[in-house]
Amino acid sequence: MERIPILRMGQTLLVTIQIDMQDQTAMALQEDLAAKIAETGANGVMIDISALEIVDSFVGRMLSSISGIARILSAVTVVVGMQPAVAITLVELGLSLPGVRTALNVERGMQLLDTVRQEKFLDR
Amino acid sequence: MNDTNQALLDALGAEESQLVESWHAALPLSAQTTGQSSRGEARQLLAGLRDGLRAGGAPEALDTPAWAPLRQSLEALSAARAAKGEKAGDTSLFVLALKKPMFDALQQRFAKDPAGLGAALWSATSLVDKVAQHTVTTFQSTREDIIRRQQQDLLELSTPVVKLWEGVLAVPMIGVLDSSRTQLVMESLLQSIVSSGSALAIIDITGVPTVDTLVAQHLLKTVTAIRLMGADCIISGIRPQIAQTIVHLGIDLQGITTKATLADALLVALQRSGWRVSRTD
Repeated sequence: MERIPILRMGQTLLVTIQIDMQDQTAMALQEDLAAKIAETGANGVMIDISALEIVDSFVGRMLSSISGIARILSAVTVVVGMQPAVAITLVELGLSLPGVRTALNVERGMQLLDTVRQEKFLDR
Repeated sequence: MNDTNQALLDALGAEESQLVESWHAALPLSAQTTGQSSRGEARQLLAGLRDGLRAGGAPEALDTPAWAPLRQSLEALSAARAAKGEKAGDTSLFVLALKKPMFDALQQRFAKDPAGLGAALWSATSLVDKVAQHTVTTFQSTREDIIRRQQQDLLELSTPVVKLWEGVLAVPMIGVLDSSRTQLVMESLLQSIVSSGSALAIIDITGVPTVDTLVAQHLLKTVTAIRLMGADCIISGIRPQIAQTIVHLGIDLQGITTKATLADALLVALQRSGWRVSRTD
């Protein structure tokens, strides 16, 4: 089974999904990411799905649950680069991914993470 | 070739110009106006009929290969008449008017043979009926093609995505929103968001006559898809009556920025992206 690599850039973990997601891969990614956040103490997770062309409800739910898991571990998740076809599919499947932040591309995603980090810092 | 075909061929073959004239005379007055072109069409049809009869085509089966040239000229005739905007009835009437001169010619030929006349008349009438029927069918399918093409044109016409400002796109929706149109708008808007990297889209519904639960559902879907992609959406052009309808229907537009006019929406968009508009004086 293929595993999706998780890259660390400072306080951010970067995941780029470049293969068609299978349920096993998705489960493994979820576990790996949870372990990595706890291990590194990262406060931001960016998932780049610009190369993902096919989604099903399982992958959609996986994105939601990763975001939930990260929030509990005190990290913010941003999903970036969703293709139009993928967005339409998710909407038709009735998945609006509440609680998941999204951005158009990696650059915008980084900006969003910075803003959110500042807000959180101010809250404290 | 059997006797009936030969008889029909003889009836059609003799004195073509005279036949065409009496065919033309058999047309109702309203249909005689297009004199010259209908005579040309008549000659073409006669040629097709003779070819078919010579090739041994049975008058009852117009879909056999023997009648292929006739079918072609019939299709051309119906298509031309459909394009001119004539009625299907007039086109079939034109073909059916051939019966009178044809029957006259057969009657002369079989003056002393009632049984032969009966058989020949039956063949002739079934042949002309089939021809007329084929004209109407083709006429209708030509019309349907035109309608289908226009529908497609209308779909494409109604979904322009315009760039209002750096990073701000707008879609002026016009006309009734149904599933297929919403789908098309959604697709082209999302595609433009990706290609232009715009973070904000404005959907203007000034031109949408009514908003019911279904239309609201479509709008909500579009907004959700835009958000999933990482952009945001403002809905503008909500008229007072539509605002009332939305509230009375209990439609929940929570979390969606709505504005009365496109200008208001543009102002919000500019503010969000950090622009400030001021007058010089």
